[in-house]
Amino acid sequence: MDPLLVHPDPAPPELVQALDMGGWAWKGASDIDSARRDEPADGWVGAIIVAGSEPEEAFRFCRAIRSGDVNVDSVLLLVGGGQLASLDFREDLFDDFCLYPFHPVELEARLKHQFRRSGQIARAEVIEYGPLAMNFETYQALIAGKPLDLTYMEYELLKFLASHPGKVFTRETLLSRVWGYDYYGGARTVDVHVRRLRAKLGEEHANLIQTVRSVGYSFGASRWA
Amino acid sequence: MPREQEYVLRTVEERGVRLIRLWFTDVLGKLKSVAISPAELEGAFTDGVQFDGTAIDGFSRIHESDVLARPDATTFELLPWAQSDEPSGRMFCNIANLDGSPFQGDPRQILRRNLDKARAAGYSFFAAPEAEFFYFASGDSADGPPQPLDHAGYFDLTTGDVSSDLRKRTIHMIEAMGIPVEYSFHEDSPSQHEIDLRYTEALDMADNVMTLRLVVKKVAMERGVYATFMPKPLNGVQGSGMHTHLSLFEGETNLFHDPDDEYQMSATAKQFTAGILRHAREITAVTNQLVNSYKRFAEKSEAPPYVSWARNNRSALVRVPVRKQGKAESARIEYRALDGACNPYLAYSLLLAAGLRGIEESYELPPETNLNLFELTDRERREIGVEPLPRSLDEALDVMEESELARDTLGDHVFEWFLRNKRAEWAEFSSQVTPFELDRYLSSW
Repeated sequence: MDPLLVHPDPAPPELVQALDMGGWAWKGASDIDSARRDEPADGWVGAIIVAGSEPEEAFRFCRAIRSGDVNVDSVLLLVGGGQLASLDFREDLFDDFCLYPFHPVELEARLKHQFRRSGQIARAEVIEYGPLAMNFETYQALIAGKPLDLTYMEYELLKFLASHPGKVFTRETLLSRVWGYDYYGGARTVDVHVRRLRAKLGEEHANLIQTVRSVGYSFGASRWA
Repeated sequence: MPREQEYVLRTVEERGVRLIRLWFTDVLGKLKSVAISPAELEGAFTDGVQFDGTAIDGFSRIHESDVLARPDATTFELLPWAQSDEPSGRMFCNIANLDGSPFQGDPRQILRRNLDKARAAGYSFFAAPEAEFFYFASGDSADGPPQPLDHAGYFDLTTGDVSSDLRKRTIHMIEAMGIPVEYSFHEDSPSQHEIDLRYTEALDMADNVMTLRLVVKKVAMERGVYATFMPKPLNGVQGSGMHTHLSLFEGETNLFHDPDDEYQMSATAKQFTAGILRHAREITAVTNQLVNSYKRFAEKSEAPPYVSWARNNRSALVRVPVRKQGKAESARIEYRALDGACNPYLAYSLLLAAGLRGIEESYELPPETNLNLFELTDRERREIGVEPLPRSLDEALDVMEESELARDTLGDHVFEWFLRNKRAEWAEFSSQVTPFELDRYLSSW
């Protein structure tokens, strides 16, 4: 599963959240050089370029892609409503665009349309890690072959953690990526859900989720370690 | 359709769920349920499930009686006791009027409204209850006084085993429903047990308390015994309370902690505690809502009826647990009046509102009380500035009726309904001739 290229880096938090929640693999690139450096062997499946208050910079990035500096199959441009006029005569720089700020459902639909059409799906549909298996299409999770009965947030938290094995996340990061920003409980909610998840994973598998002292949580071990 | 609803629909399909129970709570804290089939689930998410609220305590109104149950998809759980060939699930609901506006008689939304208010000020409110309850041979008062299992007869060892097995099974089941248990043990009185839940955000915790009460009773019933959260079921032994630990967080920071303070209490913790103490009498009718609740207070043990606080004093209403160095996140206060027969949504709403009032108006925390308040006379307590909690439901209702804080927190609908309903309960009780009176007076007058 090759990642999508996302520019700028760091990407806007709501975009990061939408991509993570949608299960899209992605990698940020701050400039063309880093996009070239991180280019997968078969080139990038797609790029999401956010035109901020200075759309010229985004267009320069698109132009570099079109001129072949980086190998990208298809480009989705996110652009503010006030800047639509600037798209005139630049239609060749992108394959599709989406208004920014975006509606998450629309973004998801455009991502599917854009990056699946060519049969190159950048999305992981199934994750298997040790005794854990998750199917993102059916929302089901299995531990040692037995179904796990999870609430929606438990499922989303496990999905997020299991999608990034070995990576340590702070509670704040997990809260903003999994719950979104306006949730009742604050960062302590994460602890509560981790405890609930561990209880449901059972003693034998509870240590799939590790507490990293005074930092946060991580899942399993990195595949690259 | 929001993803969490899609998740539930998909899970119901994948797991072959046959029945979905939509749970909600009436004003008195009783769990209610409407069951729907999977075919009706999508409609329940989009339009709600309409039902006649007149039969439900606190839901009836004069003009229209229909309300909508709107399931909260984030609370969907498979029920661990359902048969494996007939899986069923449950969701808590918010209750709405037919026009979609929140129904004023719905305790869950009252708590949500109060939490929203706290959140606007930057606070998230956490609670952790210690729920006590008894196992009895029967729950029917026609069978005579309740019989504790430990007194069941010649087989003390066997019956002792029964109750710890019951508790184990109960804990297993609530943990399967995502409710982590901190401790559990046999309590002081015969057949009395305690289950302590790990702290979580107050709305989830109120849902958890509703689930816990059901599971405790359900497991007991499966084994042919009866479990009760009635505050004082037996004469001469300690009753059942639900001491509850409370804390405020801002993000990851526990706002009650101050390492440099003599009591390790922050200014916020002191003001919050002062708020709870100052308004304790006004909220007692809700935290202790039964005629019977006040008999637990009368026994002078773990149920402190005096408005006071301390670190180590069983007779104080609020305890501030002493923490090991560096355990900032576990800073909390423990409110000891609450009993297990309360409506947790309303009780948490009022405790939060009282505490926040203390913060908003910078109440001063009275000095710690280290005397054994049980041993003092009323006058001695008054001299050191310690007031008693209301001594009866009747008195508690009188105090509540004058409370602008209680009215604001609960809203007019519930505030007035509650007073009306509980006044009627008191009137009915007052006209009863009790066994005490017959024993004492019949032969001597």
